[in-house]
Amino acid sequence: MMELARTSPSSHSGGDPTPSSRGATPASGDWLRRLGPGDWLYGAALVLAAFFALVQYGGSMDVYDKGILLLHVPVLLAIGWYWKAFRPFLAAVAAVSLASIALYQGELARADQSFLLKYLISSQTAIMWMSALIFMATAAYWLGLALRSDFAEKTGNVLTWAAVTMGTSGLFVRWYESYLIGPDIGHIPISNLYEVFVLFSLLTALLYLYYELRYGTRRLGAFVLTVISAAVGFLLWYTFTREAHQIQPLIPALQSYWMKVHVPTNFIGYGAFALSAMVGSAYLLAERGVLASRLPPLRVLEDVMYKSIAIGFAFFTIATILGALWAAEAWGTYWQWDPKETWALIVWLNYAAWLHMRLTKGLRGSMLAWWAVVGLVVVTFAFLGVNMFLSGLHSYGSL
Amino acid sequence: MQRGTARALFELLSSMRFAISLLTILAIASVVGTVVKQNEPFNAYLNQFGPFWFPVFEKLGIYSVYNASWFLVILAFLVVSTSLCIARQTRPMLREMRNFREHAREASLRQFGHQASIVPASDVATSLERARTYLARAGFRFRASERKDHVLLAAKQGSAGRAGYFLAHGAIVLICIGGLLDGDLPLKLQMASGGKQATSGNQLIADIPASARLGAGNPSFRGNVFIPEGRSASAAVLNVGDGILLQELPFTISLKRFHIDHYENGMPKRFASDILITDDSGKALERTIEVNKPFEYRGITLYQSSFEDGGSLLSLAVHGLARGVPRLTAMQGAVGDTVPLHAGDARYTLELTQFRVFNVEDMGTGKNGDAPASGMARFEQHLGSGAKSPTQKNLRNIGPSYTFKLRDEAGQAREFNNYMLPIEQQGRWYLYSGTRDSQAEAFRYMRIPLDADGKAETWFALHDIVFDPALRAELARRVAARSATGASAADSGMRDRLAQTVEHTLTLFADRGYESIGRFIEATVPAAERERAADVFVKIMQGAVWEAWLMTRERAGQAAPALDENDATYLRDSIAALSDSLFYGAPVYLQLTAYDERQATVLQATRSPGKALVFLGSLLLVLGVFAMLYIRERRLFVLIKANEVLVAMSSNRKAIDVDETFQRHVDALRELFAAPKTVQPDSRDA
Ligand code: HEM
Repeated sequence: MMELARTSPSSHSGGDPTPSSRGATPASGDWLRRLGPGDWLYGAALVLAAFFALVQYGGSMDVYDKGILLLHVPVLLAIGWYWKAFRPFLAAVAAVSLASIALYQGELARADQSFLLKYLISSQTAIMWMSALIFMATAAYWLGLALRSDFAEKTGNVLTWAAVTMGTSGLFVRWYESYLIGPDIGHIPISNLYEVFVLFSLLTALLYLYYELRYGTRRLGAFVLTVISAAVGFLLWYTFTREAHQIQPLIPALQSYWMKVHVPTNFIGYGAFALSAMVGSAYLLAERGVLASRLPPLRVLEDVMYKSIAIGFAFFTIATILGALWAAEAWGTYWQWDPKETWALIVWLNYAAWLHMRLTKGLRGSMLAWWAVVGLVVVTFAFLGVNMFLSGLHSYGSL
Repeated sequence: MQRGTARALFELLSSMRFAISLLTILAIASVVGTVVKQNEPFNAYLNQFGPFWFPVFEKLGIYSVYNASWFLVILAFLVVSTSLCIARQTRPMLREMRNFREHAREASLRQFGHQASIVPASDVATSLERARTYLARAGFRFRASERKDHVLLAAKQGSAGRAGYFLAHGAIVLICIGGLLDGDLPLKLQMASGGKQATSGNQLIADIPASARLGAGNPSFRGNVFIPEGRSASAAVLNVGDGILLQELPFTISLKRFHIDHYENGMPKRFASDILITDDSGKALERTIEVNKPFEYRGITLYQSSFEDGGSLLSLAVHGLARGVPRLTAMQGAVGDTVPLHAGDARYTLELTQFRVFNVEDMGTGKNGDAPASGMARFEQHLGSGAKSPTQKNLRNIGPSYTFKLRDEAGQAREFNNYMLPIEQQGRWYLYSGTRDSQAEAFRYMRIPLDADGKAETWFALHDIVFDPALRAELARRVAARSATGASAADSGMRDRLAQTVEHTLTLFADRGYESIGRFIEATVPAAERERAADVFVKIMQGAVWEAWLMTRERAGQAAPALDENDATYLRDSIAALSDSLFYGAPVYLQLTAYDERQATVLQATRSPGKALVFLGSLLLVLGVFAMLYIRERRLFVLIKANEVLVAMSSNRKAIDVDETFQRHVDALRELFAAPKTVQPDSRDA
């Protein structure tokens, strides 16, 4: 029975740091019967949205784009049915993005003329808002931890949702803006370091929000949001000193369908690994008695750490394979020991060893937590260090 | 004894510790391979590591880690180890998958970490019936075992997770084998067994000996096919160490045209080769190969890999710089050619190495009004769309360029990089020519200024006059006459002294330009007055070059211009270029006057027999990993007695959701068994 196939969790009491317990979930037809009108309404909205997107933007799509768009309906349906909080998020992203697109009226210059665009929902502004909200959310979560304030933690949660809403909309709007620059320049905004840093922040935050609900604890927010804040800090530095935010056309090597699936998959992996490292550091602190009374019990921390490494490993496996398929098409070899590839392999081997030690050798405790923290160092090198220090064929985002 | 050793070896090779050690070594070796750039020319390594370490690292295979024998051996061991691990796990895993453990004893169930006791309200038969229904509905498969005082239902679910182990680990074996088939191993074996030997890359294809040629039947290779426009090729070049092997292809590829498209900002948009493939079947196929759009034919896949110059024809104007070299001659050559070049008595060879039609460069901001904003204004610049940039780069195509090497009779070569068209800098135009001693340096550029009519010839004329020893005295006299015009004895004495100074300055300058003047000042003038002295010398040089300019105009029968601001700048630029020309390192300046471009494409041709295996392995790996991580094996035991129901659970993974699931089942069962006999369990209110 796959975890993700379970029906949605029941409500959580804020302070109870154990996984949600539900009624038994036996026969397979059961979950269908449990869906309420809200669920069906959500499904209908998704279908309508896909239809709208096809009609409105179908002209810029090829057959694969349309296929992927349609594939999003069942995937988002599953996520939304399983995780109710995802629905208002999705609706808000759609509303903000469409509002921004409407305000553009097909002219890039409107970004400077329309007040709402300039200060709220053009792509860069939205991403700036995301950055600010992430910082505020981090502060709120830390405040909550320090003062044992439920209210501050709830604020952190709301701010994080607002941040991912702005960030996701920002990416969608950026996608639209790229087409306004020129139809031949338009492309999905996951093609350079600036864009993938936004993606990383979003995915890590969403994963965290999911675990927050799943384990019914907001106490880990302070830790996880800290790593996201670091990513956002880098993003801002990169924006202000390197002008990295400019939309650039795609060089030939990046003009491939594989990019669109390889990059997001990869960043689910990176995001999950970063999350596990932060939970690992919470574990190490709690183990030494620091904040121990405020953090969830060690066994919960350990469980979150394992779960996120598992999901990260699974997605990273897929991402590496997709990368190999892409390389086979672009460079003529599925594997040629390019530094980026090689470091992906090292990351992968590292977490494979982690899983072996836990699952077959029964290793537990601080050793695994340390390992998860070190894992983030390896991941960071694979993600950034390779671009900074080593040269290779991976052309995006040299620093 | 023998058996004992074999057993121990098996234990070792199939052990997790051995596997993890291998993986660690592999990871470290991989790191080395990313830190040391791989497969560079050996010369580069020699420079980098020096004569002592170079051969050591070569022996260790550091320059091509991933093809080094020891690396391949580790990979092979990993295959063996993982296979043995699978072999070793097969029997216990299958047993686990099949076994229900329906013979578990009550006493051992009571030892389980997860166990609970329920007091049933119904009799054994009813409880059993309810438990069966419940387990079936919850997705368990189960077996019942009746004992004398109780019935045990042994149930399990998620056994398929164990199949994930076979899928994932089998996949790793498949991927490694596929990778070995596509790596260098087959080639190494052929070279070892078939007596093949790499040869030098610096020879004509026709001259390559049979010992360096691989037949079209070679099952696994990766090589480059170089084809100039309008030509064809039927062989690929494989790089082996510092040499090459020639791989014959079962068809001929002709390049009709190579395309590079650019975006508006100069970034490349598309690289594409229009090719025609012909083979002995008489069929001819027309195709376009692009980056990310390869083409497969007869088991060989062709990819757009890179592009080069295919022998563009360059017309050059040869401007003499050294004494005794004619002012202006012309010559022609094709990129890739080596042409003799006579400059006066000296003989050189000219190697034309590269030609580029486009050079897109960041020319900086033209105006100086764009001072970077600060504070709030700077922040605001980063709001809005992602399309604009506050410090927009001024990318411009500055036209064709070519590079060449000039080799003297002693075999020493200097490299040059010349732009065909003048380039604008702050409103003035220059011809740029870069030079360097070795590839490791950056080019240093000499800028020849264009005069008000846009001509470079004026500068060459100035060059000839200023550096002509025969004209020096005359030039000095004219400078002196112009500045001291009086007729008195004192005036004439001053004129003589001035003329001497000018002549001396010109002689100094002709040696090493500004550098020798600087040295002279340092040697003869006290520190406090050096700056003033330098000013004087600069003035003198300007006077001399101005005079030379007037001389050129007289020769051409033109009127003397009045010296204005523009001319003063021109003079300064000219003197700087004159000074630089003394370090130019060539007796001539070769100006590109016309070209006939011919491009060449580089296609990569591969045959990779392991690819299908690797992709199949990848699919199995994903399935296996998801199965292992997300299909949870759970065993639930329900032991039913007349007055007690014992529920126990075990799992192959320890995680919080095991506790949670167990609790859920216990709660549900407790509710079931607590119901009085008459009520039938209903699936919906569980
Ligand atoms: C590149 C090499 C390998 C990779 C990437 C790899 C990957 C994995 C993964 C992802 C798991 C899942 C963790 C789990 O759920 O248990 C696993 C489990 C396991 N691996 Fe490996 N593995 C590798 C090599 C090996 C080798 C060489 C051995 C034998 C010494 C081995 C023995 C096992 C065992 C016994 C399990 C537990 C299976 C179970 O209990 O379901 N693995 N491996």
